[in-house]
Amino acid sequence: MTTTDLGMPTVASDPHGHLRGTETFPVAAHRALADTQLRQNLGHATRTIRAKRAAVVGEVDDWEELRRAGECLKADVMARLPELLEQLEASVTARGGVVHWARDAQEANRIVVDLVRQTGADEVVKVKSMATQETGLNEALGEAGIAALETDLAELIVQLSDDRPSHFLVPAIHRNRSEIRDIFLREMPDVDPDLTDEPRKLAMAARAHLRRKFLSATVGISGVNFAVADSGTISVVESEGNGRMCLTLPDTLITVMGVEKIVPTWSDLEVFLQLLPRSSTGERMNPYTSTWSGVTPGDGPQTFHLVLLDNGRSNVLASPDGRQALHCIRCSACLNVCPVYERAGGHAYGSIYPGPIGAVLSPQLTGISGPDDVNASLPYASSLCGACFDACPVRIDIPHLLVQQRAAAIDAHTRPTAQDVAMRAAAAAMATPGRFSLAERVVKLGRLLGRSGRIRSVPGPGAAAWFGARDMPPPPAETFREWWARTRGGS
Amino acid sequence: MRIALVATCLGDAMFPQAPRATVELLERLGHEVVFPAEQTCCGQAHVNTGYLDMALPLVRHHVDVFTGAADVVVAPSGSCVGCVRHQHAMVARRGGDEGLARAAEDLAGRTYELSELLVDVLGVTDVGAYYPHRVTYHPTCHSLRMLRVGDKPLRLLRAVRGLTLTELPDAEVCCGFGGTFAVKNAETSTAMLADKMANVLSTHAEVCTAGDTSCLMHIGGGLSRLRSGVRTVHLAEILASTEDAPRVPDAIMSEAR
Repeated sequence: MTTTDLGMPTVASDPHGHLRGTETFPVAAHRALADTQLRQNLGHATRTIRAKRAAVVGEVDDWEELRRAGECLKADVMARLPELLEQLEASVTARGGVVHWARDAQEANRIVVDLVRQTGADEVVKVKSMATQETGLNEALGEAGIAALETDLAELIVQLSDDRPSHFLVPAIHRNRSEIRDIFLREMPDVDPDLTDEPRKLAMAARAHLRRKFLSATVGISGVNFAVADSGTISVVESEGNGRMCLTLPDTLITVMGVEKIVPTWSDLEVFLQLLPRSSTGERMNPYTSTWSGVTPGDGPQTFHLVLLDNGRSNVLASPDGRQALHCIRCSACLNVCPVYERAGGHAYGSIYPGPIGAVLSPQLTGISGPDDVNASLPYASSLCGACFDACPVRIDIPHLLVQQRAAAIDAHTRPTAQDVAMRAAAAAMATPGRFSLAERVVKLGRLLGRSGRIRSVPGPGAAAWFGARDMPPPPAETFREWWARTRGGS
Repeated sequence: MRIALVATCLGDAMFPQAPRATVELLERLGHEVVFPAEQTCCGQAHVNTGYLDMALPLVRHHVDVFTGAADVVVAPSGSCVGCVRHQHAMVARRGGDEGLARAAEDLAGRTYELSELLVDVLGVTDVGAYYPHRVTYHPTCHSLRMLRVGDKPLRLLRAVRGLTLTELPDAEVCCGFGGTFAVKNAETSTAMLADKMANVLSTHAEVCTAGDTSCLMHIGGGLSRLRSGVRTVHLAEILASTEDAPRVPDAIMSEAR
């Protein structure tokens, strides 16, 4: 694999943005697991979307070839990212756009706030965007006295309830429709007090609320699904049409993109526009695909700014294995198939990027600062069941990356933990046959605990975690190697 | 055929039923089984917890012990074979030992999970087994998605006389074991286990079987805590059972042991 040297890699810094929570995964998951409404909502939603995805993926004869094409295109992009970014800058500039480079979340937010201020606007409409959630742009705009209105229905639900997204695609997946009706009744001015929880009625209420803003806003802010290096074309795919409104009605459009969102040529979209909708919403094609290249006089925004965001991505790129995490197209298929995500929900991950991909992306973007870093707990939030790899449309080997990030978490130990000591002792016993036999004899003492036929508890903190819900049989009277020696006369 | 057995550390120390059944089954089919006594552990727990440096000597030891032992190596565990096949060379390369990585790859190419050995290498699906019980099969994650054993275990089970196979709903979903995940994220692990147990119980099977002792320890531990009466039995034990020497499903978490 080639390496791309961008000098000293930077990691995302903490005070800005949403890449690190305040609790470890097990602590946050404890609360989520006890929330029966959340468990019901997530179970229902992920089951539904899994079935839809499976049906539309099953129709495509060359799905595996498409996945491999997506994987190869992304590997090529990462191998020559600096070159492609400069090409994108040149092509966007040639078509009348203005390109800005942001090292981190703070710099990106400052660029956007300054650009909005220059227009004199005190209100912006937003297309759903993970990059601006990552940087905490809405908060930065708010501090500057600029109101940011989320126009994606689910993102609006999250914003109105002062909540955090818990999913890439369905940020309010943790809410059911009666909860959403209650949020609308509480937070939406002029809403019909007789609003029901019928999905069509909820969508109509949101539409009425948003339509006024679409017509009055002079600045739109978006993220990016794909940026084509050779033509300077930016693409956003969506389902509701709110994006199309934000991308066409305002006079000024500001687009924030993570640097990894690039594809080399227009024809590469052919691959990704097949992979993405089937993997994310479980649709053959998403309802709205907007593409634009710079500025077109008399048509759409007359001022276009593109902000290229690093925020730790060069740190990810510097890892030959870990850079695969940058291949992610944010489809959320890995979230929907993950048994851990389905039960603990997106908020338990702390970072704005939840699920299996978040568990390998977040700690790489922020770096792991030490044994107490909450992001060091994320790579362990997986049973390594491998369902994420099978679902990933660009074949990111997430289980492998989880193991690599576990190794990174252990490398960050500044002092030996109890687990380090136990694992070192186990490794020492297992590397030597004599010591292994001795260890087996120690294990056998456990028979004293299991005289009733099953062991229900054993002293010690690690044991408590097992015996909270699971018994253990007593160790056998005869180990396998003893049986072998007795019946087969040694090796 | 001369076949070297990886008993697995868990199988050797805690659940000898599975490696014993593997030996008896393969000998019954006319093969010679060898057990290199120097073997310890493949290092999977270390690798999957992130202790890749500590795993290096374990990988080296495993490769040293098994390289010359026989032409073919078998383990009654999808996850141990998964570690050998997909992780040993990675650990060696990360440790800067390319020679070990190549040796590990060579050994991995000759190492099989039990159902793979039977169906792909030995070419049998009817092993002459007899097991008159209602059984449901849990395809463990590493067998299913790391090794891609597919329906080989089911083909073996369908050929067992007297056995009634019942389909496990949501079979392909993880049981929640995941090695150290089961204790590091015990509550999430248990939530996954609860759903797996509900599915197992819905089949009204007497026995839940799988190709991994570790997953069965977790599922069986939960079923025992519920006093559900459903036993967990390794696939090897079912295949080793015959009309002449029937095995009763009393393996894991039995009152009678």
